[in-house]
Amino acid sequence: MSQLLQTPFLSSTTVLRLKSTSLRRTTTNNLIVRAKIREIFMPALSSTMTEGKIVSWIKSEGDKLSKGDSVVVVESDKADMDVETFYDGILAAIVVEEGGVAAVGSPIAFLAENEEDIELAKSKALSSSSSSSSSSSTPAPAPAPAIPVESSQPKKAAENVVAAAVSVVSKHPASEGGKRVIASPYAKKLAKELKVELGQIVGTGPLGRIVAKDVEAFAATGGSSGSVVEAAAEPVKTVAELGSVVPFTTMQNAVSRNMVESLAVPTFRVGYTITTDALDALYKKIKSKGVTMTALLAKATALALAKHPVINSSCRDGKSFTYNSSINIAVAVAIDGGLITPVLQDADKVDVYSLSRKWKELVDKARAKQLQPNEYTTGTFTLSNLGMFGVDRFDAILPPGTGAIMAVGTSQPTVVATKDGRIGTKNQMQVNVTADHRVIYGSDLALFLQTLSQIIEDPKDLTF
Amino acid sequence: MTLSPISLSSSYTTTISQPHHCSLFNTTTSTTATSLNLKFCSLKPEPFAFTSLRHRSHHNHPFRRTHFNAISSALSNNGTAPKSFDYDLLIIGAGVGGHGAALHAVEKGLKTAVVEGDVVGGTCVNRGCVPSKALLAVSGRMRELRNDHHLKSLGIQVSNAGYDRQAVADHANNLASKIRGNLTNSMKALGVDILTGFGTILGPQKVKIGSSNNIVTAKDIIIATGSVPFVPKGIEVDGKTVITSDHALKLETVPDWIAIVGSGYIGLEFSDVYTALGSEVTFVEALDQLMPGFDPEISKLAQRVLINPRNIDYHTGVFASKITPARVGKPVLIELIDAKTKEQKDTLEVDAALIATGRAPFTQGLGLENIDVTTQRGFVPVDERMRVIDANGSLVPHLYCIGDANGKMMLAHAASAQGISVVEQVTGRDHVLNHLSIPAACFTHPEISMVGLTEPQAREKGEKEGFDVSVAKTSFKANTKALAENEGEGLAKLIYRPDNGEILGVHIFGLHAADLIHEASNAIALGTRIQDIKFAVHAHPTLSEVLDELFKSAKVKAQASDQVKEPVAV
Repeated sequence: MSQLLQTPFLSSTTVLRLKSTSLRRTTTNNLIVRAKIREIFMPALSSTMTEGKIVSWIKSEGDKLSKGDSVVVVESDKADMDVETFYDGILAAIVVEEGGVAAVGSPIAFLAENEEDIELAKSKALSSSSSSSSSSSTPAPAPAPAIPVESSQPKKAAENVVAAAVSVVSKHPASEGGKRVIASPYAKKLAKELKVELGQIVGTGPLGRIVAKDVEAFAATGGSSGSVVEAAAEPVKTVAELGSVVPFTTMQNAVSRNMVESLAVPTFRVGYTITTDALDALYKKIKSKGVTMTALLAKATALALAKHPVINSSCRDGKSFTYNSSINIAVAVAIDGGLITPVLQDADKVDVYSLSRKWKELVDKARAKQLQPNEYTTGTFTLSNLGMFGVDRFDAILPPGTGAIMAVGTSQPTVVATKDGRIGTKNQMQVNVTADHRVIYGSDLALFLQTLSQIIEDPKDLTF
Repeated sequence: MTLSPISLSSSYTTTISQPHHCSLFNTTTSTTATSLNLKFCSLKPEPFAFTSLRHRSHHNHPFRRTHFNAISSALSNNGTAPKSFDYDLLIIGAGVGGHGAALHAVEKGLKTAVVEGDVVGGTCVNRGCVPSKALLAVSGRMRELRNDHHLKSLGIQVSNAGYDRQAVADHANNLASKIRGNLTNSMKALGVDILTGFGTILGPQKVKIGSSNNIVTAKDIIIATGSVPFVPKGIEVDGKTVITSDHALKLETVPDWIAIVGSGYIGLEFSDVYTALGSEVTFVEALDQLMPGFDPEISKLAQRVLINPRNIDYHTGVFASKITPARVGKPVLIELIDAKTKEQKDTLEVDAALIATGRAPFTQGLGLENIDVTTQRGFVPVDERMRVIDANGSLVPHLYCIGDANGKMMLAHAASAQGISVVEQVTGRDHVLNHLSIPAACFTHPEISMVGLTEPQAREKGEKEGFDVSVAKTSFKANTKALAENEGEGLAKLIYRPDNGEILGVHIFGLHAADLIHEASNAIALGTRIQDIKFAVHAHPTLSEVLDELFKSAKVKAQASDQVKEPVAV
């Protein structure tokens, strides 16, 4: 399936580097400077491709390439294709190894024009790979790994740490005392997608195996459920020495400031019990398409907000209602040592599948600390869900600048009396909304919650 | 699918190489026996101009005489054979193979009986292709109804598609009974006697039915006893949590997580059913890649569509050395060992395990020892005319074996074709079935189908016999009908000889692939060349145009033959 790509996927590297490294070759005129190191980018093999997987490298590091040579086989969402080079040179460094996945347009290797430039290309490759690896949850990345062998050390250490945590966390009876992780195929797939370490997750499936919902719940909390559920697993991550005073991080400072600020707002609370049997059934049905409970709840909330614009409003100056033009649902996520609220924008308009994908992307970014301000400051209504830990009800503090926040408890089988005098069980969850009484009144909240419960109890509209 | 090489006895090799005998194939005169014999095919005298020529060559052929001489001499040497017979043809086993043979025998005027120890219809109708198609029909619809993206793009709104497991199971069971009834009635209506009981061969042309002393004689006997699921040792089948296809087709449960041991046709189809019904699946495959029997390119694409996006993971290069059914509070345990080093690799804990490691011939108790036939791994050894070979390597007169029991090609329609071929022979017309023209299909969503050689097989053959092999491919994405259905995912692949336009193999992955393959399989069976078939007209817009495109994209050096002598005016 060799195919010559008509789009160039090689481009010269940054202007910055041109200045610093290429000067020695150019004597008079900077404008005719030629790049001697080129990045090989992940090509876009189809219009729908967003990332590609390296199936195999046909050439290895140090190989001489001539224009037209097949260099790498890339698996896109549609096909495997041989990718050819448009430039002569030496394959100096491979950044993404076989089996690795890279986003379209990100560098997968460096091509040096001649042998003198190989070292330079290698160092570029290292800096590029270490910058990408710093986004992972490796506890203490070596500051400047000099050679690749060293840089893999902290990862090993991390694996050991994880393995140690597993022995405490896993409750699977047949997993040899927690030495092995038992996870269903879909759970494994999700964990890979969400970049979650299976060893940190407590399984709730049959015989304690990890199933998809465990992974989703774990990811929804930003990967901290392990530390909450099993306190013993926590110390390996960030050890605070007892008796010491540890200053706030920037994020913790921001949280502290907001919390104090919130005291200036007159808030009140209204709770509601919602039956979730239909929602659970819907979730079970579409979770295989990557839909998360978070996205479903956000969608349901957004649809209810669309009918009650006042709940989506806020009081900015103490004198007026600010009716927000779009419904942006912020969802509180615990991340290492802090809290952040990634925002699902236009949640009433975006379909639940796109919302789910967006949510995954936001959580990944949040954990990598790469969220842009507009991705966590633009919320008009906040959701906080502690249901995955079995919390049945709690009370949230209203983030300044918004009108209301909803605290969502766990959905659990509850014995209920029905209207005809019978007794049955239904899955019910409790929600509790905290609102700014300057703009939102008790009856507003009551009506909103009534609408929300109708949507959740008859959730067919959520998927369209 | 096993396509075991057929060994030719040396007396025939000389005749094979005579070019006019296989004139349609225009073979190079190499006589490397094993693969060539598969092409050694005689065709029904249908609409071709050279039919008469072929016929004549048959009649003049010296070998034909020897063939019959051999048998008559064998007969005269055998004093125990009865002089008059209860039947002209007795078929042991009323599966699809036996049924096909019986119907054709009646058409040829033979007095025919079938012996059935279990139920009419055999594996295919009762525990195989037929009920599985019912389950796959359900899984296909469930996939469609739950694929909101796809439906939305067509403008359809469906909410809450669900299924009732028992009703699905009933559908499969009802379908099996209905087809079984049809089969029984069609034989009864034609006057085929159905003798109930296990058939045991007592001696030449003599069969005992059941445990009674009912002994039936027949001029010719066909063994068509089929196969049963093969369960490797170390695996304990309890029928509830560790099951074979026999149990799975009853769909008594839909487990949350099921391991499927073997990723061939059966495993693949069940993975389609189970994932559509909400199960998660783990494949255990002994070879290094999934779907080992398929053309590599097709299996690669199929994996991308049928495995990767679904809730399936897999372990390749491992054997399931031990499988223990679930006990109270314990899951099904599957011990995996490395297929090469035999080292312990992993233990899986799942809710159920389906053993789909292939099928074993059902030939025990047939009384083969009475006629000095030794089975090979249970299979009855036969020659290319399905004549049974005894322990000394000589033919057993009047005894044939078709279908899974001979293991040549374990497919229902192959058994039926072999049965028809045998009937042709016993009614005086020599016939050798071209197994390379028999199509095969896997009814996943979308389907996979194939006929002839895979690309590596074709290239190996080309190298050995000194011809070039070319490959042409077309995508379903270019097909109007497929796009109208929003099902553009798919590939058709043609493997051919660029010098003479011979079709060596066709492989299709895509919507309705199983129905599309027959244009190619018929072309191979009839010896139609690409340069001729590319002029055949296809209705537009149809999926069949995928093959039209395929044939047209092939680059053949040979010129088209003049098929129509006189132009037909409209």
